[in-house]
Amino acid sequence: MTSYDVAFAAVGVIAAASGLLSVTTRHVVHAALWLVVSLGSLAGCYLVLGAEFVALVQVLVYVGAIVVLVLFALMLTRAPIGPNREVSTSPTHRVLAAVLGAGVTALLCAAFWPLVREAPPVRREETHTSALAEQLFGTWVWPFEVLSLLLLVALVAALAVSRIAGAAEDAAVEEQLEAPAQDVEPA
Amino acid sequence: MIHLAGPYLLAAVLAGLGTYGVLARRNAVLVLIGIELVLNAANVLLVATSAAGGDRWVAGNVLALFVITIAAAEVSVALAVVLAVFRLRGDIDLSRATEPSGSER
Repeated sequence: MTSYDVAFAAVGVIAAASGLLSVTTRHVVHAALWLVVSLGSLAGCYLVLGAEFVALVQVLVYVGAIVVLVLFALMLTRAPIGPNREVSTSPTHRVLAAVLGAGVTALLCAAFWPLVREAPPVRREETHTSALAEQLFGTWVWPFEVLSLLLLVALVAALAVSRIAGAAEDAAVEEQLEAPAQDVEPA
Repeated sequence: MIHLAGPYLLAAVLAGLGTYGVLARRNAVLVLIGIELVLNAANVLLVATSAAGGDRWVAGNVLALFVITIAAAEVSVALAVVLAVFRLRGDIDLSRATEPSGSER
């Protein structure tokens, strides 16, 4: 056990425990808030692993943007405040899901076990932001540009989906408004 | 010096938790939380590989950044779909989503 191992274990246990709480809690809003704790401590994990820029982006994009979007969606869909049994499936279904989740964990552990069995500790390589930027805008520049296109497409698609749904809703409201009037006329 | 067993174990646990979250939740937004956990498991693996050294072009870190970007795009589209379903049906319960959303009105 090196000091990095201890530091990683500390933040990793927090990340796993809050991840467990975020998928099991009955409070809908608490799930999103536990996700904040989990993603924040994962940023700590990245720092321990020497990836400072990834840790910063994790805090900025995940905790700052994605979780806010999730909370925003929870509020807009009138998430109930307080414990609610309706957010999870039936107990049988949950037991099956737990078995499958444990199966995924066991499978991955079995896959990684030959890699780490009796492996000596590796020297921790820090990735400096300048080296990362050099590679990102050199070797990886085309994937990077395609990703910016992907973000643009996602933005337009999100807008289009909400506009189409809004138009359908307006049509539905109009139908409901017109329907009683047609019923009344013959009488 | 760091042992890679820790990151690998954390990635396996997070992927399992995310799978459980996807399968055991009825609220569509909470299913997305499970998906985020699986994506972060992949990121832990990528960053751990990078920390072990020996990857060319800082691939572990760059791919982790790409995964975060794709997750952001995915969440924005998914939440737009969730909100559209909510406006059409009045709830986002996935276990009741057997019919096409338009036909229930």
